[in-house]
Amino acid sequence: MVDSQDIILKAQNISKQYRLGLVGTGTISHDLNRWWNRIRGKEDPYLKVGESNDRSTKGSSEYVWALKDINFEVKRGEVLGIIGKNGAGKSTLLKILSKVTGPTTGEIKTRGRIASLLEVGTGFHGEMTGRENIFLNGAILGMTKKEITAKIDEIIDFSGCQRYIDTPVKRYSSGMTVRLAFAVAAFLEPEILVIDEVLAVGDAEFQKKAIGKMQDISRGEGRTVLFVSHNMAAVKSLCTRGIVLEHGKIKFSGNIDDCLSVYSGNNSDSRMSNYKGKGIIKKAWIPKKNISFLDTLEIKVAFETNIEVKKLILGIVIKDDSGRELLSVNNKHYNQPNLNSELVKKGEVLIAINRLRLIPGKYSIDLFFGDTLVDLEILLDAITFQVSDNNNSFFLSKINLKNNPVFHENIEWGLQE
Amino acid sequence: MDTKVDPQDWLYTISPKRKLIDLNFKEIWRYRDLLFLFVKRDIITVYKQTILGPLWFFIQPLFTSVIFTLIFNNLAAIPTGNGVPPFLFNLAGITSWNYFSTCLTGTSNTFKANQGIFGKVYFPRVITPLSVVFSNLLKFGIQLLVFVLFYIYYVFFTDQVVLARPQLAMVLLPCLVLFMGLFGLGFGMLLSSLTTKYRDLTFLVSFGVQLLMYGSAVMYPLSYFKARVPEYAWLVEYNPMTTIIELFRYMTLGVGQFSWANFIYAGVISVVIFLIGLIIFNKTEKTFIDTV
Repeated sequence: MVDSQDIILKAQNISKQYRLGLVGTGTISHDLNRWWNRIRGKEDPYLKVGESNDRSTKGSSEYVWALKDINFEVKRGEVLGIIGKNGAGKSTLLKILSKVTGPTTGEIKTRGRIASLLEVGTGFHGEMTGRENIFLNGAILGMTKKEITAKIDEIIDFSGCQRYIDTPVKRYSSGMTVRLAFAVAAFLEPEILVIDEVLAVGDAEFQKKAIGKMQDISRGEGRTVLFVSHNMAAVKSLCTRGIVLEHGKIKFSGNIDDCLSVYSGNNSDSRMSNYKGKGIIKKAWIPKKNISFLDTLEIKVAFETNIEVKKLILGIVIKDDSGRELLSVNNKHYNQPNLNSELVKKGEVLIAINRLRLIPGKYSIDLFFGDTLVDLEILLDAITFQVSDNNNSFFLSKINLKNNPVFHENIEWGLQE
Repeated sequence: MDTKVDPQDWLYTISPKRKLIDLNFKEIWRYRDLLFLFVKRDIITVYKQTILGPLWFFIQPLFTSVIFTLIFNNLAAIPTGNGVPPFLFNLAGITSWNYFSTCLTGTSNTFKANQGIFGKVYFPRVITPLSVVFSNLLKFGIQLLVFVLFYIYYVFFTDQVVLARPQLAMVLLPCLVLFMGLFGLGFGMLLSSLTTKYRDLTFLVSFGVQLLMYGSAVMYPLSYFKARVPEYAWLVEYNPMTTIIELFRYMTLGVGQFSWANFIYAGVISVVIFLIGLIIFNKTEKTFIDTV
């Protein structure tokens, strides 16, 4: 049972209707019809006719529901990821949340100030200097002059544009403008922060800095964040809970890992260590419960085919929790290239990885099952597993886990003169 | 953040329904720095990379007055009143007209011009037209100063008999400026709201303002118009801007006459137009991004 006090934002029956086609033809007649119904105390006639918003199929109505009956709650300090395909209604939802446009029906109640970051650098004026723009942009985003003055040095420092700060922004490179803009946004301090895909800006170094800052905001400072992105790795590393939108409706809401698997079209319960396939791979699992660094990792794959196959090839791809591939091998790469020289229809393959060099964290395995000619079945994220930290002698000192997915325990260090 | 809040007690609600006038003054007050920064931006960026810079604030009304004096007074021989230099008469009219018309044109494209910002971030929308009115107020102040300088020049440094004298009613000048501001702002907000859906109005504004100037007694006294074209005089007479400009000239130059009825008429019309503009603006700001 959730304490109702803890809920900082509550959306009830949020719907948003849009009119398709050209605005202009028939606008006045529809407006008059609406007005005529309203003064007689009737409902808006065009509210009834909307269809669900499926981009690819042609509908008969001019009106469409970009969002329909959206309900969700956000707890204080939670980072909620909103994911969905193009046109699922993510941006519309963000626009309503950030008060840029109103909902057609329903309401959102909040217990805190909402600041939105649908774009960085909103209101930047090319003729003004970087410093002047920090003040203007900050004020547009809802900061007071006092707040900005208190933070201006930090903002300039974070942007890395010290040298150009008193030069008009029109002389900046586009990257510098974006850095400056993001720096202002990063120092916003509302209770609720709404972010659209603004992280996809700047060079790699700055993106890393930006994601780091976002993590600080959500974890360290306990801010409530609503985050929309197509960058699954970023969503996964930032968010705790998620909502999957499809055709303007909530398709799924819950744990972020489940959301991501729902979104990627894989409805398997990825937290389980064994997977029951529908096709050729009947089952794939890791028998051992507790895996730690330098253990032997055993993976078992049970299969059954309709036809008999010779020279099976089983490939595995191990990925970390942001989807980065760490290992991509199959049995051909190793000393026993032939799993079988006889024809088989069913069996069980055991893959044993000795002295596992994966540092503590979550991983998933893709399976590629086939023969020398084709892949007969590919299962993405067939197994997920966790490497735990119980043998932590190697990780006593401060190693950056993000930068070292694969760790070598015996690298020798010595000074030679 | 550990303050005990009642579960029913929400800080903000986002909903489709709105009161007729839903002005959150507390919120606008919280955004006062933004208002100030917008005004600053308007002032400092307009004449960036120009040689004459802020001098343009003076040049425009001066040249217009010179032309008006040539055409309407020297050529068409419109009388400006006993002992009132036509140039000063025109400068007074243009200065006050300029404030109104810049407020009107400046605010009338609020939604269209700020689509980019409005579509991305929320702040009380009314801040934007307000900032236009305030930055124009500053320009009006500068132009008023020019007017005063020429006044002094005419009184002390020319041989002309200048009978024009500021009147006691001048203490009401701030009210008059307020009326002009409210009128321009209200009218502008009304137009900007309607243009989001019906673009036709943008065309109307640009030449409509020019036409309106001729109907607002800027370059002629109302009494002269009444004497010469009595059948259409009501058109000019009931135009609130005529009343305001006539009052402005009476206060500063002593031409025409002052009546409380006129003063109250201008005030009431301005406030009413302002309120109508505000209501429509409020209705529009929530959904304009879908129709613009």
